[in-house]
Amino acid sequence: MLPDGHSLLRLQSVRVAYDGVEALKGISLHVNEGEIVALVGANGAGKSTTLNAISGILPLRAGEMEFLGQSLVGRRPDEIVALGITQVPEGRQVFSEMTVLDNLRMGAYLRLRRRDRAGVREDLERILAMFPLLDERRRQPAGTLSGGEQQMLAVGRALMARPRLLLLDEPTIGLAPQVAHQILETIARLREQGTTILLVEQNVLASLRVADRGYVLETGRVVLEGPSEELLRNRDVQRAYLGKDYEEV
Amino acid sequence: MKPERTAWRRPAGLTAFAAGVALVGLLVRNPYYLNVAIFVGIHALVAVGLGLLVGWAGQISLGHAGFYGLGAYASAILTTRFGLNPWLALLLGAAATGLVAFLVGKPTLRLHGHYLAMATLGLGLIIQIVFNQADRWTEGPSGITAIPYLYLAGLPLNTDSRFYFLVWPLVLVALILAGNLTDSRMGRALRALGQDEGAAAAAGVDVARAKLGVFILSAVFASIAGSLYAHYLTYVSPSPFGFTFSIQLVVMVIVGGAASVWGPLAGAALLTVLHQVLANAAHQWAFLDGLEVVAYGVILVLFLIFRPQGLVAGRRAPRALRLTRPA
Repeated sequence: MLPDGHSLLRLQSVRVAYDGVEALKGISLHVNEGEIVALVGANGAGKSTTLNAISGILPLRAGEMEFLGQSLVGRRPDEIVALGITQVPEGRQVFSEMTVLDNLRMGAYLRLRRRDRAGVREDLERILAMFPLLDERRRQPAGTLSGGEQQMLAVGRALMARPRLLLLDEPTIGLAPQVAHQILETIARLREQGTTILLVEQNVLASLRVADRGYVLETGRVVLEGPSEELLRNRDVQRAYLGKDYEEV
Repeated sequence: MKPERTAWRRPAGLTAFAAGVALVGLLVRNPYYLNVAIFVGIHALVAVGLGLLVGWAGQISLGHAGFYGLGAYASAILTTRFGLNPWLALLLGAAATGLVAFLVGKPTLRLHGHYLAMATLGLGLIIQIVFNQADRWTEGPSGITAIPYLYLAGLPLNTDSRFYFLVWPLVLVALILAGNLTDSRMGRALRALGQDEGAAAAAGVDVARAKLGVFILSAVFASIAGSLYAHYLTYVSPSPFGFTFSIQLVVMVIVGGAASVWGPLAGAALLTVLHQVLANAAHQWAFLDGLEVVAYGVILVLFLIFRPQGLVAGRRAPRALRLTRPA
């Protein structure tokens, strides 16, 4: 593991509150270049809150966040996207009345502003090749796609920004197991291509299987951290999240 | 990859429209009809700009008559008091109006909700009060007379038919600009934020700035139309630039269809002709006097109930008019 100073993303004692109620009670974590890091935990543990704090949607009450050595605190969401962090929000949020192509182009909004047209066109083809189902439906409004296809579109749209760090919030929620499996395969493939990912999942087993490292969150605190295999072998994790009984572990 | 062929990019509609415009200009000799056609064109310039704001950014302005008036008065004052070239006055007026829109939009468009409607409502009223009260500059309620004609290639635009051939090509340009904008990166961003501000921000769109940009653009459209008005009539007074006209403009956009580029043009045509018909009727039957506003209200309500997408349906219903949040 690299020392903290060399991490892509570093959070130090981050606190976030909703109307006075603290949802994050001092979270510290880091993500290194090329890693997939999973944030796991039950409902209300603060997983999505952590992602929303990183992407600038929620203000910090205290703590420090750094990306490539620059502080993220107090920056607007669009500024954070410009720094290289793109979030795939929970519930997909594709632009349902825009076509698949226009959704993907929206992902490259900032690159098109920098006039990187050739690069965007190249990535468009690359991503459509990666998701053949989207390619077949490229001129359809995104709202006509199935849940799994919309999730792929949301991931594809985020990749169009060529992010240094991809934040994935519950990418398999509400999807049939078969489709969820495809999404997780896609994530594994992204890692092979060198994309750095911070992944939030309720499906602990599946997410730890694709991730390099993981953090277990409980009511706004990190209670466990370590390499995925270690966490998968951990007795508390097995009991709490993998549904194993005391006798079994 | 080839650019997407949207309906708009097919130039057949525009060509047919341009031919129709030219035909009307060449064949219609009746000065009254030409006069109505010129006003349809001037109003369409304002409505197309306002349509961008309503249809794409999901915001309503209740003060666009004020921006229209700023353009008209800027042209009137700069040409009669300072002897400025009318075209230069038009540009200066547009720049000044854009600045006013910036100052009003900057603080209000950062907020969620319809604060812009309130701010522009106040601004429109203030602008009209200034036109009435600052009589050292505006001559008060009696207005400014003897505004010079515009010249194009040495030719004074002092007849209806000449002015027609200035206004309608400009309408065509405005439609092309609006159409290109909606198919551009900026237009996509506006459509995206109209559907989901959070997801648009997640794609890197500075939501407040995008809204501010389209608001300023719509104010500049209105200002240019106001300058044309001043040079066409060669006379301005405060009364046409009040709240009633702001409402009329909003009705034009909504009745025409805010989500399409052609919609505001259709709305401007309908409302402007209707205004003439009602004015003529009120001339004959005195009891109809003052009922015009009631007619606009009824039309607006009927459209919102039976055809909320407007005369010309666009790719989606304008967000400002949705009663429920999209799922």
